[in-house]
Amino acid sequence: MFGNIDPALLIAALMVNSVPIMLAATGELVVEKSGVLNLGVEGMMIMGAICGFVTAVVTGNPYLGFLGGALGAMALSAIFGFLTQVLQTNQVASGLALTLFGLGLSSLIGQSYVGIKPPATGDLPLGPLKDIPFLGEAVFGHDWMVYGSILIVAAVWWVLKYSRLGLILRAVGESHEAAHALGYKVTRIRMLAVLFGGALAGLGGAYVSLVRVPQWTDGITAGAGWIALAIVVFASWRPWRVLAGAYLFGGVSVLQLNLQAAGSVIPVEYLSMAPYLITILVLVIMSSGRGKAALAAPACLGQNFHASR
Amino acid sequence: MTGKVLLSVEGVTKAYPGVVANSDVSFQISEGEVHALLGENGAGKSTLVKMIYGLVRPDAGQMTLHGAPYHPAKPAEARRQGVAMVFQHFSLFEALNVAENVALGMENPPPLKALAGRIREVSQEYGLPLDPARMVGDLSAGERQRVEIIRCLLQDPKLLIMDEPTSVLTPQEVGILFKTLRQLASEGTAILYISHKLEEIRALCDEATILRRGKVVATCTPRDRTAREMAELMVGTVLTPPARSGRAKGDTALEVTGLSVASPIPFGTSLKDVSFKVRKGEVLGIAGVAGNGQDELLLALSGELKSAPGAVKIAGVAMGDTGPNDRRRAGLVAAPEERLGHAAAPDMSLVENALLSGVVRKGLTRRGFIDWGAAEVFAAGIVKDFDVRTPGTHVAARALSGGNLQKFVVGRELSQTPSVIVINQPTWGVDAAAAAAIRQAILDRASSGAAVVVISQDLDELLEIADDFAALNGGRLTQARPVEGLTVDEIGLMMGGTHGMEVAHHG
Repeated sequence: MFGNIDPALLIAALMVNSVPIMLAATGELVVEKSGVLNLGVEGMMIMGAICGFVTAVVTGNPYLGFLGGALGAMALSAIFGFLTQVLQTNQVASGLALTLFGLGLSSLIGQSYVGIKPPATGDLPLGPLKDIPFLGEAVFGHDWMVYGSILIVAAVWWVLKYSRLGLILRAVGESHEAAHALGYKVTRIRMLAVLFGGALAGLGGAYVSLVRVPQWTDGITAGAGWIALAIVVFASWRPWRVLAGAYLFGGVSVLQLNLQAAGSVIPVEYLSMAPYLITILVLVIMSSGRGKAALAAPACLGQNFHASR
Repeated sequence: MTGKVLLSVEGVTKAYPGVVANSDVSFQISEGEVHALLGENGAGKSTLVKMIYGLVRPDAGQMTLHGAPYHPAKPAEARRQGVAMVFQHFSLFEALNVAENVALGMENPPPLKALAGRIREVSQEYGLPLDPARMVGDLSAGERQRVEIIRCLLQDPKLLIMDEPTSVLTPQEVGILFKTLRQLASEGTAILYISHKLEEIRALCDEATILRRGKVVATCTPRDRTAREMAELMVGTVLTPPARSGRAKGDTALEVTGLSVASPIPFGTSLKDVSFKVRKGEVLGIAGVAGNGQDELLLALSGELKSAPGAVKIAGVAMGDTGPNDRRRAGLVAAPEERLGHAAAPDMSLVENALLSGVVRKGLTRRGFIDWGAAEVFAAGIVKDFDVRTPGTHVAARALSGGNLQKFVVGRELSQTPSVIVINQPTWGVDAAAAAAIRQAILDRASSGAAVVVISQDLDELLEIADDFAALNGGRLTQARPVEGLTVDEIGLMMGGTHGMEVAHHG
């Protein structure tokens, strides 16, 4: 069944395929650690995809494209932050609305960009590493975002675990009342976390439209944002597990594409629904092991904070 | 013993919409002095110390520290100038460990490893043993307070503010805390001690400032006054303790046998083999330091947490596996500690809240539809009988002050002609007059034949109204003993003694 699938190519495709969900999930992890539940990841990703695409096409520079994608999604997350942190709206409803809004707005902006090819993002020149048999092809032949996203996961892990900034962020997500009593600015910290999450989701979205596909069509992120949300829970709010989760889900979707191409006997529909089915399955398993997974969640997740007296 | 003036507060005023929390408050505190701020709930003690700690800014008035003007804009600034505070409701993070919690309360914490070493050092020095690597969620209330105190001590404070520090401690733990505080005072640290427990203040404090409705009404030297004199200064009227009439005890109304249930609350305490009996007309008082299974016991008795059928028997009928409404039908009513979100739905009106618990016993439905007229009458009756201060029964529960809402939720349960009453913390955050009224109402129900279980952390309250006394400790309940003839030492041992605290070794 796996006879004509090249493992080196499979790993290479897996690494590329996982970048968007890894970035978006890492961003969402930081947001949730601060106690905010932003369900608008899908909307922010697709805003990142279109803003990145437009910037790259207009400037002809793919790097500026990524910057544009991050800023576009950040702007959308700022709306969410303003609604939930300043106006105290319900986080679940605002997040869902954000996704709908992002899907619509991106479609509007993208009207005249359908069918255009963006400037290519070059591979990172890693010199002799690329000539290593197997590994060179599988691991060292990618663009800079692939390695950048792993570095971002490492940085987030380090900051959350070892830095004072990370400690304060976790504290705010754990008990906003106590953090406030100690004099930390809960709303400001959460707002910054939301913006950071938006920027990473935007980077992930831009990666979809600039590298993975690469072109613009409506709904290009195709549910990647929802998978990213699931991965955060799957990873029980730990950065390295986000990386593992992203590779797992990335791997499953690459494998199903390869199996389709290889003419598998399983009908195509089942193969393409596999990543989503596995998302649901993982979530069910994670949440049925009550206690452990529930305990890992930040205690104030999804609760609004208002400083009274 | 006391040195030169450290902090002086002059004419400080702070108003919130609709209420003046502090009006022209002045007092002074010297180095090495233990100064009490005394007053009822809502007298403005907390607002005053929040201003000193930089959490709230005064509308008018001055403060000076070491003779220089002192206007902290935020707690960080107050901490830099040597003011530290131990909070009434702990400002701790359960899912973080002790060292991380300490680091969060410091201005420039050393790296966590070095900090862990310093925590060990200071905790040894002051006889407050503490393991820096433990999760705070796994600690007892007394241990959590140690975390707060050590967090303050590490910053070498000149002024230590303690907001009702003893409400969660056993008598023995209080003794050790006082020893630590005296040691600190002898080293020159000034301590501002907030409490309404008069005997403690007489034992510990050098000076007292008494607040009533935001104003300073008296200052005194606590050692020279009786507790009763201070109480009357605090309340402004002469207090009469509730009348306890000799009640006839009837048959067993509530029987709990071998009740063991796992806690549904994160970091909660599971109940282990709890057994007791309450007869008609009897009041059983259950004491214990917070977090020893009180919430779980209330849930298991009210029916929110189910157990083996035979574990809970109401009037001889096994009801352990039934839900709250079945138990209400059988005559058991329950009032939990948490007012907003558990006893009452915050955004619903008083009528709706009255209906939610009263619908079964008061018959507030007709053919499956809500009888709003009857619900309205029921709610209005509670407001009238229990003197709930509210513009009307249409207002949302969250709009009521804590004390008024407490009167409402307790009144709602007591008004349902129950045969078994279970109440957790009946007078938490209620002023003295209202607390006396609630206690009297509980005693009245008992004398008309109801069996009552009162869970409380206020020992004086239990000794005042209970016939029998038991204590929860780590989810286990001690044998119930008659209140008459119990000594404070015995009570302390029943509550679990010192939880491993030791007296400071030097000083």
